Amino acid sequence: MEPSNIPFKQPQPAPHQTTGILGWIKINFFSSWFNSLITIVLAYTIFVLADFFIQWAFINAVWFGESAKACPNSNGACWAFVTDRWPLFVYGLYPKELYWRVNIVYVLAAITIISFLYSYGRWTRYFRITMVIFFPLLAYIFLLGDSFDLEYVAPENFGGLLLTLVIASISILGSIPLGIILALGRTSELTVISKVCTYFIEFWRGVPHIVVIVMFVALLPIFIPDGSKIDVVVRAFIAFAAFNSAYMAEVFRGGLQSIPIGQFEASRAIGMSYWKMMGYIILPQAIRNSIPAMMNTCIGIFKETTIVMLIGFSDLLGIIQISLESSDWVGPPHIFSSAYTFAAICYFIFTYGMSKYSSRLENRSNIEQY
Amino acid sequence: MAEGPIISFDKVNKWFGDFHVLRDIDLNVTKGERIVICGPSGSGKSTLIRCINRLEAHQRGSIIVDGIELNDDLKNIDSIRSEVGMVFQSFNLFPHMTVKDNLVIGQHLVRRVPKRDAEDIAITYLKRVKILDQIDKYPGQLSGGQQQRVAIARSLCMKPKIMLFDEVTSALDPEMVKEVLDVMIDLAKEGMTMLVVTHEMGFAREVADRVMFMDEGQIIEENKPDNFFDRPQSDRAKLFLSQILHQ
Repeated sequence: MEPSNIPFKQPQPAPHQTTGILGWIKINFFSSWFNSLITIVLAYTIFVLADFFIQWAFINAVWFGESAKACPNSNGACWAFVTDRWPLFVYGLYPKELYWRVNIVYVLAAITIISFLYSYGRWTRYFRITMVIFFPLLAYIFLLGDSFDLEYVAPENFGGLLLTLVIASISILGSIPLGIILALGRTSELTVISKVCTYFIEFWRGVPHIVVIVMFVALLPIFIPDGSKIDVVVRAFIAFAAFNSAYMAEVFRGGLQSIPIGQFEASRAIGMSYWKMMGYIILPQAIRNSIPAMMNTCIGIFKETTIVMLIGFSDLLGIIQISLESSDWVGPPHIFSSAYTFAAICYFIFTYGMSKYSSRLENRSNIEQY
Repeated sequence: MAEGPIISFDKVNKWFGDFHVLRDIDLNVTKGERIVICGPSGSGKSTLIRCINRLEAHQRGSIIVDGIELNDDLKNIDSIRSEVGMVFQSFNLFPHMTVKDNLVIGQHLVRRVPKRDAEDIAITYLKRVKILDQIDKYPGQLSGGQQQRVAIARSLCMKPKIMLFDEVTSALDPEMVKEVLDVMIDLAKEGMTMLVVTHEMGFAREVADRVMFMDEGQIIEENKPDNFFDRPQSDRAKLFLSQILHQ
């Protein structure tokens, strides 16, 4: 028995290291000479960009100051603009002595959001339902006042982040139920209802939002004599809810179509009425299937709130623009870049949070159903 | 029997557009009778049993189920559906609910059984289909045979007078067919009125009172199972049987 005659007894080279940090780096970054080249080029680019951003945003930045004179250099960010105008960005034109009311609403909102992120055992569900019902009510009472001895604050004074959040939440929370109803209507077997819903959706989806907003605010009083009695802000809210619900309706219709016909037949065969079938069997599944598209629409709605600028409201972006034109801060263009960077970061924080939450929802429903 | 038929079809006709699916169907089923319906695909056998709980509407003739005539009156349809259980080829369990909730929801929503009682009933029927250990799982975690047994239990929870089975074993792997058929055989022995669309000849021979052979929307032949399988009368049935036997 000569060992070398048996081919597989020949010593083989050791396998590449595939475990541990070094192995992981090797597989993912340096698996071939071409990949190594790409890794090096990309790493260098990231380094240069990050270095530039850190220099600009932190090292050379001016953090505090009262006017454009505080930021003479264009090689650093001018955060002084943001810190100086901070209350305006967060509260808009809300009366200074009543900021505490807005703060309460912010805190309540934070509690509501946190209650949806973490579970605290069996009471979580009741707490969430309570918050969903009472938060809008409390927010309404605290923000507008005029009841419980609270001083009235006209909605025209809302502004900045406050206005952005109020419009976005009303649009989103209003358009979801409306969208579900429209989607059910459009898929209904009753021709009249189906046609009405279809044309409603097509109309609001087909008209540019700017036109809708301007129409509601400027033209409504001309067509409907009593229309002017409805508050401008309320009219804007109605406009937002109307066209966004049209988008939501199409999202939910997609979800409804994803449900196999057998689910409808099984519910019917058990003897469920239309509403029971929809409420307990079809919609729960359809809404789950719609989560990604729904969140897409929600993020769109959030960003689109900025078009209220057109009718004279100052949302977060609007108030940043107005501040840039104020006599203290009008001046060198590098303040502009700082201001818009700040706006971008603010919007991104909210939209990224929404997107993270939606992927959590998706994962949770996948676990349940395998 | 002193009682009239529990299901009676009188000259029932149905079209899908131009396609004439059911042609002058006459059918009487007495209480406790087990009927197996077979025939080539497209012959209208599924449509026939789907007419009984009006998942399909017929266009001419009359269908009377348990003394109630099926027409456009919604109340009639709802009361028929609560008396007639149906099991489908593709199970159609509700995937977002556990097995238990699948069984409870119909009783609770339609028959207004209190939740506690509905759960007890669910447990009873899950025991009968020998699947009680899966009660807290979701349908997606079960095998096809298990899902189909849950679907049967779900129908039985509604305390139906009539059970319809629409090719319930066709979508199953061969080794799971038996566990489902065993449940159906037990049910037949308890005296349930059953209409079963199937090609399982062993099942038909063991439990059926009558076998009906359909082709092109008509009932072509009707006989005792042994007579039908051993001595089919019509050429169409002979051809059909020779084809399914060669599989």
